[in-house]
Amino acid sequence: MTDILPFLKTMLAVPGLSAYEGPILQVIQDKWTPLVDQVSVSRLGSLHALKHGTGKTPRPSIMIATHMDAIGMMVTSIKDGFLHVTNIGGVDARVLPGTQVLVHATGSNRTEDLPGVVVQPSAKQLPPSVGDGPVPLDQLLVDVGLLPGQVVQRVQVGDLVSYASEPTELAGDTISGHSLDNRASVAALTVALEELQSKSHVWDVWAVATTQEEITLGGALTSAFGLRPDLAVAVDVTHARGPGAMDWLTHPLGKGPCLGFGPNIHPYLFKRFSELADRLEIPNETEVMPRMSGTDAAGMQVAAEGIPTMVVSIPLRYMHTPVEVVAVKDIHRTGRLLAEFIAGLEPDFISRITWDE
Amino acid sequence: MNKMAEKTPTIGTAQIKLLEKLCNACSVSGDEGEVRRIVLKEVKPFADEVQVDALGNVLVTKKGSGRNRLRVMLDAHMDEVGFMIVADDGDGIYRFETVGGLDVRQLAGKPVLVGRNKIPGVIGARAIHLTTEEERRKKILLDQLRIDIGPGSAKVKVGDRATFATRFKRVGPSILSKAIDDRIGVVTLIELVKSAPGNVDLCAAFSVQEEIGLRGAKVAAHHFNPDLAIALDATPANDLPSFDGSENVAYNTKLGSGPAIYTVDAGTLSDPRLIRFLAETAEAAGIPYQLRQPGSGGTDAGAIHRQLAGIPAVSVSVPHRYTHTAVSISRMDDWKHTLALIHAGLKMMTPDLLSDDRK
Repeated sequence: MTDILPFLKTMLAVPGLSAYEGPILQVIQDKWTPLVDQVSVSRLGSLHALKHGTGKTPRPSIMIATHMDAIGMMVTSIKDGFLHVTNIGGVDARVLPGTQVLVHATGSNRTEDLPGVVVQPSAKQLPPSVGDGPVPLDQLLVDVGLLPGQVVQRVQVGDLVSYASEPTELAGDTISGHSLDNRASVAALTVALEELQSKSHVWDVWAVATTQEEITLGGALTSAFGLRPDLAVAVDVTHARGPGAMDWLTHPLGKGPCLGFGPNIHPYLFKRFSELADRLEIPNETEVMPRMSGTDAAGMQVAAEGIPTMVVSIPLRYMHTPVEVVAVKDIHRTGRLLAEFIAGLEPDFISRITWDE
Repeated sequence: MNKMAEKTPTIGTAQIKLLEKLCNACSVSGDEGEVRRIVLKEVKPFADEVQVDALGNVLVTKKGSGRNRLRVMLDAHMDEVGFMIVADDGDGIYRFETVGGLDVRQLAGKPVLVGRNKIPGVIGARAIHLTTEEERRKKILLDQLRIDIGPGSAKVKVGDRATFATRFKRVGPSILSKAIDDRIGVVTLIELVKSAPGNVDLCAAFSVQEEIGLRGAKVAAHHFNPDLAIALDATPANDLPSFDGSENVAYNTKLGSGPAIYTVDAGTLSDPRLIRFLAETAEAAGIPYQLRQPGSGGTDAGAIHRQLAGIPAVSVSVPHRYTHTAVSISRMDDWKHTLALIHAGLKMMTPDLLSDDRK
């Protein structure tokens, strides 16, 4: 088994905010191209990588979707050398003061990454209503350490802002950084593709790095329509148990992937994944998803005439903060589970999918 | 007097590297060892006397050679704000307390370093998906936060200190660091020890525990019994635009406007003779300076001026934005001008300074 950590760290160093996934797409494409038979890019910017199966044509196909977009911010205005920003995706403004960022500045006719920091003005520069409560995003500023004249030359309204926290290995085979949602899952799918190099599989596999999951699920929805797979699996992150997150919505960190169960998931796929994981002795938990799963599965399930869909999740702490934490072994386990599932798909699997009534 | 004593200090690659090393060191109040070691190594070759006192202050004397020399105490504090691990919740999760004046709204989502081996950890926050709108209108309280170093590890123990993990960075005209307060004073004072003019006896106090009550400077002043004292520190620049577009008249200091000479803060009425002397020195030498707006806050001068039978004192600070957060920002030029001003001041100092009227 290869070590996925270096590739994961490479991905974490590259921006790719929703709808601006170009930089991360290039990194994933370079990694996947030798592992598959063909790659292409969808109209909305998703990466489609096809690995042929060994079955007779027309072969059934499975799509594995891992979104590659990340949350972040965007510049809304510039005042006296300071940037006002708004959020791209779900950002809790309470984690922002003191957070280091990169401003992907385009004002000088090229993109340059300006290091900066999200700052909280002192009480006298804030509305009295803020008091000692949290400062809302529209009152926070980004300081890039440059003089006001330099800022207006180099930064434009609409420029993107990413978290700049560096990936850091923590104890217990875990890693901390931003954008582990959902680069951890891209890494898991990469592990699966690597395992499939030495495994025979009947079905075609579409490895897809989707766009815009954090905002609209638009990437996965349109790729599922375009590729029309027979089955679709979304791989995403879920909430790991830890400080501030202790209830039924959370799962243990480092104790294996979670298998989604609920209306976005075909129950037969859940059953097959669950039985397979147990047979392989891959630790796993059921993740109940009573309504929408909040993943690409929600989009893929209703693409075209509808697709049987599954969700596999990697537990992650502190989601959407600059210091998300995942266990590297959960990434490997998820990759192995995906590879084994794909390799185990029988030619007539589709006819076996039934509703258990 | 040796030749070194007459050189005018400048800020070049070596000084910037030293500042970087000092800023990346972790020395929370009460645990200043890492900075102390750097200071001792730097000053020893230039000092007449060096001692580490009962609290851990580094007290350096550099004697002059002329007649009627003033004993001038310069103080810069070695400690920084940070955290102490106070309870082990198990599985790599630790409860912590703040040391020094930290705003709890600045803590969530930050990488930290714990203990002398600098074990990496993070202060996480509940995922936004798991919060309610009502919850997000309230600040995250300290007892809701934990330091997480990863599961299954016991490399950290109760009592360990922690700091933000921010690495020193230079950006354009600026410096970004977790500990500009007060490593910029420490590096300035090191350079002044190396270049002290011979007309004064320089008493350099690299002090401890400033952030928890000016405690090191208090005993250092007692030890030195100087004629006058200057605290070298970093002071907030609140020079950000106001929320409603009105003129910001409560900026404290402004970045880029030069060293900030203190008039009045919460702990000190600066000696007017020293304020005037420094301002006149700056003007004569063409060094930009600003008067810090009278207001709250304080420096070691607050402890020093009340020591013994009284010590005339003033503070001069490098302005920096976002004090006591993971990242504060200063301008290189303000640092250079602060060093130049204090050095020029030392060279001009005679006992007449203290016989001026206090007007």
